[in-house]
Amino acid sequence: MSLRISFSGEISAETTQRMKNFNKSLSHEIASVRRAAYFFLAPALIPIFVFFFVPALAAFVLSFTDFDIYSLSNIEYARFVGWRNYVQLFKDPLFWKAMTNTLYYVLVGGPLSIAASLGTALLVNSRLIRFKGLLRAIYFAPVVTTLVAVAVVWRFMYHPRFGLLNYALSFFGIAPIDWLGDPAWAMPAIILMSIWKNFGYNMIIFVAGLQNIPAQLYEAARIDGANAWEQFKSITLPMLAPTTVFVSIIAMIGNFQLFTEPYVMTQGGPVNSTLSIVLLMYQQGFRWWNLGYSAAIAFVLFGVILLGSLLQAKLQKRGEA
Amino acid sequence: MNATKKLSQRIETTQRMKNVFLSVVPPQAGFLSVGAILLTLSVACQSPSTSKTVIKFWAMGAEGEHVQKLMPEFYRRYPDLEVKIQGIPWTAAHEKLLTAYAGNSLPDICQLGNTWIPEFNLLNALENLDDWLASSTAIEHENYSPGIWETNVIDSSVFGIPWYVDTQLLFYRKDILAKAGYNHAPRTWDEWYEVSRKIKQLPGSQEKYAMLLPINEWRPFVITGLQNGSLLLKQNNRYGDFSGAQFSAAFTYLMKFYREQLAPVGITQVTNIYQGISEGFFAMYITGPWNIGEFQRRLPAALQDQWMTAPMPGPDANTPGVSLAGGSSLVLFKSSKKKTAAWKLIEYLSEAPPQLEFYKITGDLPAVREAWSDTAFTNNVYIQAFYRQLEHVVPTPMIPEWEQIAMKVQQYAEAASGEHLSVAEALQALDREVDLILEKRRWMLKWKK
Repeated sequence: MSLRISFSGEISAETTQRMKNFNKSLSHEIASVRRAAYFFLAPALIPIFVFFFVPALAAFVLSFTDFDIYSLSNIEYARFVGWRNYVQLFKDPLFWKAMTNTLYYVLVGGPLSIAASLGTALLVNSRLIRFKGLLRAIYFAPVVTTLVAVAVVWRFMYHPRFGLLNYALSFFGIAPIDWLGDPAWAMPAIILMSIWKNFGYNMIIFVAGLQNIPAQLYEAARIDGANAWEQFKSITLPMLAPTTVFVSIIAMIGNFQLFTEPYVMTQGGPVNSTLSIVLLMYQQGFRWWNLGYSAAIAFVLFGVILLGSLLQAKLQKRGEA
Repeated sequence: MNATKKLSQRIETTQRMKNVFLSVVPPQAGFLSVGAILLTLSVACQSPSTSKTVIKFWAMGAEGEHVQKLMPEFYRRYPDLEVKIQGIPWTAAHEKLLTAYAGNSLPDICQLGNTWIPEFNLLNALENLDDWLASSTAIEHENYSPGIWETNVIDSSVFGIPWYVDTQLLFYRKDILAKAGYNHAPRTWDEWYEVSRKIKQLPGSQEKYAMLLPINEWRPFVITGLQNGSLLLKQNNRYGDFSGAQFSAAFTYLMKFYREQLAPVGITQVTNIYQGISEGFFAMYITGPWNIGEFQRRLPAALQDQWMTAPMPGPDANTPGVSLAGGSSLVLFKSSKKKTAAWKLIEYLSEAPPQLEFYKITGDLPAVREAWSDTAFTNNVYIQAFYRQLEHVVPTPMIPEWEQIAMKVQQYAEAASGEHLSVAEALQALDREVDLILEKRRWMLKWKK
């Protein structure tokens, strides 16, 4: 009622008082809403603090100690060793082997995976294709499948004598390849499997990016006489750039953390040809129980990923400028 | 004033939501539901047979799968005992045991690979079995191969009872060796090398090899080192002794097989050892007892009487040479509150009949000598070599770091086999890495004094 009166321009003293009271209670209310917000955020913030920041800090401290199996029996057997773990790590040929393997996976597997995602995204977004929903679901299915189950099936496919892949290759006169037993082929085999497993996820993101490109641009290009390739090169790719940056950074971070595929398929072999940084970290930490050393590996990996992400973001910015 | 209206509406909504929230979830509800869960749990945990003592037993791989089959007789003898067996895959066993140790939830009795005993003893997790053995009539250490028994002894105290044994020896093709003029397996290093050269010289053997020495295996290198009198480590296991004279000589001897094309370099050429030995791609291979069954299953019928097993050749006429004392032991954990009952289970599993039955189920070689007199062994020509070899086995250095060191041996053997490094360079680098691994141990030994 009072609101309608104030609207007419005649503000009574009573109304002013009520407004004041209202404002007062409003600021009170805002403070309590803020409190309530923290209260409702607490279930998320407390676990993040307890289960993320505290362990990360503990791991950082751990990386300057020689915490190992001896220390597990008696904490007095742990010593602060300064930078020794890091120095030792950079001298360890196995670390460089793992780093080379991981970079191989990131630099070869990453672009191939993104190309596969983009290609299928263009395909399922094309107006010429029918049953788009079904196709998207099919391409997305490997992403939601358990990797361990996938690995079992792929191990059959890679079997040197009875595998489907060698059977298919035999039609082209290619001699059987021992996919997982040959040091030269084990990493390509891992890459192939992980592309198949993961491309669907980025495909969905690319599809979303493609659908955000205004149709007028294509219409204008067609009127100007651009063919399909020119349209792709001059409209699709530049318009997808932000999506591509996002996808490639996320993919790179994920690829540096390569673990499950070699762990399930090859255990890092043959002859350490699929040993990744995270697998090395796992072996040092939980096989040999060298937790200090293993923590140092974790932080080196963290640094590498951080550098990689910054570099990628910078390159992208330069490209835009 | 539209804004004010909206705000008052929002406040009202918040209030209403609060009320709804409170009415849906009364403050006592939390306690009630927790209480309900606890109640359900306590009901569920009450096992129907409260009078029985339950022994928790962890076993790995095939043993974990099959040991249940030995239990009926045990239950017949001890009706008041119940054994709860948990199988653990070998690949996860080490992590699982350490996690259980850290979480104070170890079982009462466990199967432990005998190279793990020093590590768990160091953690002070294992029960000293000396007193248990002193008052036991069922287990006598004279009934075991000395080399195998020794893997369970630390500072002259016993911490495990051998359950089954395992060692490595020579599997070979009789027909190929016969063509090379040998109607028996090589007994000395000289014979071993000579027969290998002759096999390589056989017509059509240019693309074939005498022996398979996979570069992802440390055992042949460690075995020949031990045969030649090397202790692998020196000064109370505080430093590596791989560049020492004995290990160097043994390592050089095996490298000769790679250098002279008597053994293939790299594992790329051998994808399937059974196919490889069937085709005569190689004629000799050092491996363990599980391969007896595999050879019988996988080699073609025509070759079944053309292969044989033999104890390891030795560096001199004093044959056979030693091999590794492998296998698993049964241990009691210190934390167990049912040691008396668990010990009864160890005693039962160490008797000859269950040992023999277990061999028939799993193919694991019995640790108890008495079991070997059964026809199952005396009629099996392939097993005889293992029986002889088991009298000549020695343990690897009994320190927790051993497995890490073994991996390094493998790494440097691989580097030397591909001639990335000379023998001397490889062994010196190996010693440097081993010394680094043992740094902690040296510090601890000093600290304890």
